[in-house]
Amino acid sequence: MRAFVAALFYLVASTSAFANPARAVSPDPADWAAVLDEARGQRVAFNAWGGAPAINAYIQWAAAELEARYGIRLEHVRLTNTTDAVARIVAERAAGRDTQGSVDLIWINGENFYALKTQDLLFGPFAFDLPHFRYVDTEGKPTTLVDFTVPTDGMESPWGMAQFVFFHDTAFVAEPPRSLAALGDWIEAHPGRFTYPAPPDFIGTTFLKQVLLDTVADEAVLQAPVDPATAPTVTAPLWAWLERVTPHLWRQGRSYPADGQALHQLLDDGELWLSMSFNPAEASQLIETGRLPDSVRSFTFDAGTLANTHFVAIPYNSANAAAAMVVADFLLSPEAQAKKQDPRIWGDPTVLDVAALPPADRARFDALPLGVATLAPHELGPARPEPHPSWTDWLQAEWQRRIQG
Amino acid sequence: MPPFAVWPPLTLAVLVVPVVGGLIGTVLPAFGYLPALGLTTLSLEGWRGLALVPGLAWSVLLSVWVALASTLISFCLALAFVAATTTAPRTAWLRRLVSPVLAAPHVGVAIGLAFLLAPSGLFVRLLSPWLTGFTQPPAWLVPGDPWGLSLLFGLVVKETPFLVLMLLAAQAGLDAERRVLVARSLGYGPLRAWHQTVLPAVYPSLRWPIMAVLAYGFSPVDMALVLGPSVPPILAVRVVELMGDPSLARWPIGAAAALLLLALAVLTMALWRLAERPVSAVALARARRGPGATSPLPWRGLALVLPTAVTLTALLGLAAMALWSIAGRWRFPDPWPDTLRLDGWQQLQGPLGHSLFVTAGLAAIVAGTALVLTILCLEAETYRRRPLPRRVLFWLFLPLVVPQAAFLFGVQVVLVGVRLDGTLGGVALVQLAFVLPYTFLALAGSWRGLDPRWRLTAASLGQGPWRVLWRVKLPLLAAPIATAFAIGFAVSVALYLPTLFAGGGRVRTLALEAVALAGADRRSAGVVVTLLALLPLLGFLFAAAVRLRVERR
Repeated sequence: MRAFVAALFYLVASTSAFANPARAVSPDPADWAAVLDEARGQRVAFNAWGGAPAINAYIQWAAAELEARYGIRLEHVRLTNTTDAVARIVAERAAGRDTQGSVDLIWINGENFYALKTQDLLFGPFAFDLPHFRYVDTEGKPTTLVDFTVPTDGMESPWGMAQFVFFHDTAFVAEPPRSLAALGDWIEAHPGRFTYPAPPDFIGTTFLKQVLLDTVADEAVLQAPVDPATAPTVTAPLWAWLERVTPHLWRQGRSYPADGQALHQLLDDGELWLSMSFNPAEASQLIETGRLPDSVRSFTFDAGTLANTHFVAIPYNSANAAAAMVVADFLLSPEAQAKKQDPRIWGDPTVLDVAALPPADRARFDALPLGVATLAPHELGPARPEPHPSWTDWLQAEWQRRIQG
Repeated sequence: MPPFAVWPPLTLAVLVVPVVGGLIGTVLPAFGYLPALGLTTLSLEGWRGLALVPGLAWSVLLSVWVALASTLISFCLALAFVAATTTAPRTAWLRRLVSPVLAAPHVGVAIGLAFLLAPSGLFVRLLSPWLTGFTQPPAWLVPGDPWGLSLLFGLVVKETPFLVLMLLAAQAGLDAERRVLVARSLGYGPLRAWHQTVLPAVYPSLRWPIMAVLAYGFSPVDMALVLGPSVPPILAVRVVELMGDPSLARWPIGAAAALLLLALAVLTMALWRLAERPVSAVALARARRGPGATSPLPWRGLALVLPTAVTLTALLGLAAMALWSIAGRWRFPDPWPDTLRLDGWQQLQGPLGHSLFVTAGLAAIVAGTALVLTILCLEAETYRRRPLPRRVLFWLFLPLVVPQAAFLFGVQVVLVGVRLDGTLGGVALVQLAFVLPYTFLALAGSWRGLDPRWRLTAASLGQGPWRVLWRVKLPLLAAPIATAFAIGFAVSVALYLPTLFAGGGRVRTLALEAVALAGADRRSAGVVVTLLALLPLLGFLFAAAVRLRVERR
């Protein structure tokens, strides 16, 4: 194994020597007119998780607009897992396919961004030069610049905001648990009515991180890269908490749903009474599309929940970087952002500073309903920072070892 | 050189190259050789990594248990069903029930079953709360139980119809009814009469289909993702997971896992073959003792009811998913949706419509190509002096008797090497290896049965081989050709793992969509499952239309 990893690193190091020194990018986003020119007629393979019909429909809308306005063909490559596309880019690098890569734009954040950025597999920096970037609320929403403690350095362009929320069906749960301790008691009192998706699913992993955040002695440790030597001690309270609740989980913790969407379906089925999401407006959107009963509402922990930003990035070997940048910029436009935030469409919160927008654009956001099951921003509670991305892999592997082993 | 002689070797290559290439592409990385990643020295790191995979032993046990038990149970049910419908009057029509289940893709059947069996599923709903008292779904472990029982059930539901049809085909030329009559006149009960006079004659031709069922039982990834245990999953699912690791560092481990799967499958097949002799010895000893007393138990009734119930369960699951595709609110314990809405089907304007197009297009191209190769091979055979050697059957069944997860891994490695991965062409090539055996088996009987005087008469009138084929044989055999096409089409629509590996997840067919949606959004899953069940039926409708036309002429 060590020889293999060494070989991989050797490969990565030898090729990154070319990518590193000159940071001038081509096509150059500073010359936007030239970018638009070059983009016309290009196809963009947008690799984005495709598990939610609402999101797929939104991307389809964007594709139609991009075709009409810029002559760009946006093709949604629907991923089951973003790591599939990351693996692909790494494999293309290994196979020497340094131009004409198969991925032009990727929906990304956290550990996947970290993996691509540290291996020099991204195009850029480009994000800060996008025309619509000036509207991004970099002060009010600092995670638009720092992704899981890692500076974006303009290598990815913000797309939407996320905060971890829970859903409860008020038909069965009048007063939901508003802290981790209360959740533990609730699970014991309601056997079989709670679970989380099996990591490495990202909702499942986020739940692990949320538990970690609420049990760890010193939160600051999580902001630094994971140290395998001390991590077992640091995370001991997390595993103790899981050990306590696992026998009382859905299917006695002997089977786990595949992803967050499966969790919502089980909430609708009445097998689960709580669910979770990284999109505060998702419950409203699912009620709107008839996938959840209108008795579902959202709640968070009083001490706050994990929050982050999700982005789009361009792989180093994309042959359509110009069009990919135009897509990234279009996704940042007030029009596209407002449509995305509409709970009847997707409900994904904007990365823009709405107060700073021109009046006509501000009106687009003011006209949006909040959604019947969405918490107002002041009800969401504190937004808590993501741990360093290296924790993700470690937690996933450790969960597998403890639960499957 | 006799006419058409180039085609059999070419067809053989289509069957063998993916399997052998795939196995090589698996063996080498398993021992540390993967030049694309700069690995050129042999090592056992992959195997050491595999030993450290948590819960591996349980995954291995599950795989063997599920494959062996599902094959054994399907085999027994198929025997019982064919014996009963051959001997009991007015029951042959029941055989028609198995065809739609056979044609429906595995994943579609699995999703339907999952909804029937779940604690909040249709069976519990139909009995709640009036009988069970449940106003909330109970806390059961099914589906997804850690012992793989749900997966086992799903496999039995899908494989029993396959073995039933294989058995029926095998006994067709044997005058089974007469054999049974003779045995019954000697005082044997109906089931024993069938088992002692027909089964020994048909079993040899069942061997390959049984091995195919065993091999499939080791690699039912699509069904396992819907019904199977998840913590830990069966070994084949682990192979797929290891292949998806972003660092690629786990590829050698994945290759090692694939080889382990292959070894387990080969061992289990050998075990089955070894068990044949003692089992037949016991049966023979029993036969020698004579008919004996008739059993007071209603065995024949059971032999009819059990397989029929299993088949109806599958059909009910598919019907329930069709209802889900238009269901609005449909919560536990309602046996029926409160409201209906059609917007699930509006997704056909978006990505799902694209997947439908890709699925149908691929299936048509692959089945068409397989059919052309099949016809040319069979025609080459008619010009040979000697019949084809029996080992040809081995090559024909090869893609079906090697567990898919064991060699598709290597197929992906090879496709990446030639830059065909993730392309429609790559997927079509790989699918062809799985579709060809079926089109060949479906057409061979009719082709070989055609009176040679048709050909000889046409030839004596001065027609060349191609003209004879085109003007005489194709019109005469249009009906079986259309049926073979429909079978090939149905097989292609159902292929999950070959499409996933060759397409790298980028060629999205409905089978892939179904797995992705399985637990997630039941209304969308209902749309996809309905399409998956209907597409193959369209193929068979086409075949029926062709047959009608031919008969009218």
